[in-house]
Amino acid sequence: MTGSGTASVTLPTDDQILITREFDAPKQLVYKAFTTPELVKRWWNAKRGEVTVAEIDLRVGGKWRYVMIADNGSEVGFHGEYREIVSNERLVSTEIYEGLPEGVSEEQGGTLNTTTFEEADARTTLTILVQAPSKVARDAIIDSGMESGLQDALDLLEQVAVSLR
Amino acid sequence: MNDLVRQLGLAQPQVSKHLRVLREVGVVDVREQGRQRLYRLNGHALKPIHDWVKNYERSWSERFDQLDVVLEDLKRKEQGDADDR
Repeated sequence: MTGSGTASVTLPTDDQILITREFDAPKQLVYKAFTTPELVKRWWNAKRGEVTVAEIDLRVGGKWRYVMIADNGSEVGFHGEYREIVSNERLVSTEIYEGLPEGVSEEQGGTLNTTTFEEADARTTLTILVQAPSKVARDAIIDSGMESGLQDALDLLEQVAVSLR
Repeated sequence: MNDLVRQLGLAQPQVSKHLRVLREVGVVDVREQGRQRLYRLNGHALKPIHDWVKNYERSWSERFDQLDVVLEDLKRKEQGDADDR
């Protein structure tokens, strides 16, 4: 038995992204999978590479950092700081992409993410509200998904081309 | 229109203003019926936005598919611990 399939992504305002997904597990376990480095390493890569760093200092003011080596060899890193922690209920943290374009400050490119874990009938609804500092920053985050999607398509194309040789 | 005002909890002029913008960009179609104006959502106009968000959505879906597997393991482990007791 698995969860409910695809994640739902909506754009509640010009500078926000809301991600929602239901899981077939109690919230303590979902929270555990979100806050335990060895477990984060198993799912955060999104099937696109290997998570080589997952550091979590789970206290208010504590830092986190994830690094993934993508299958195409590129390295992407994210880090931030925990602002609010309610065990098994709610996490608020900053998130900064380590590959921000030159000239874009952390204030201009970072987001404030609120993750909530709500349980009903042994299932957990997870929501992540990404609050970006501007519409430009929010749109850039959505675009980055586009790039990785495009990268997937190019990788696939390459495999097909190689198989034809 | 009255339905929308009620459901959104906004004042009628505000709802009218939003609907006018949505109509101008083709997201809703309007039809007059007697003294009523009936609005219909044009899903086709929203497709570019859907396409734009789709890849971002997919990367989260892929993460969460893997998280499902992790959660199954955690559930089994908890069950195992309970059986040991």
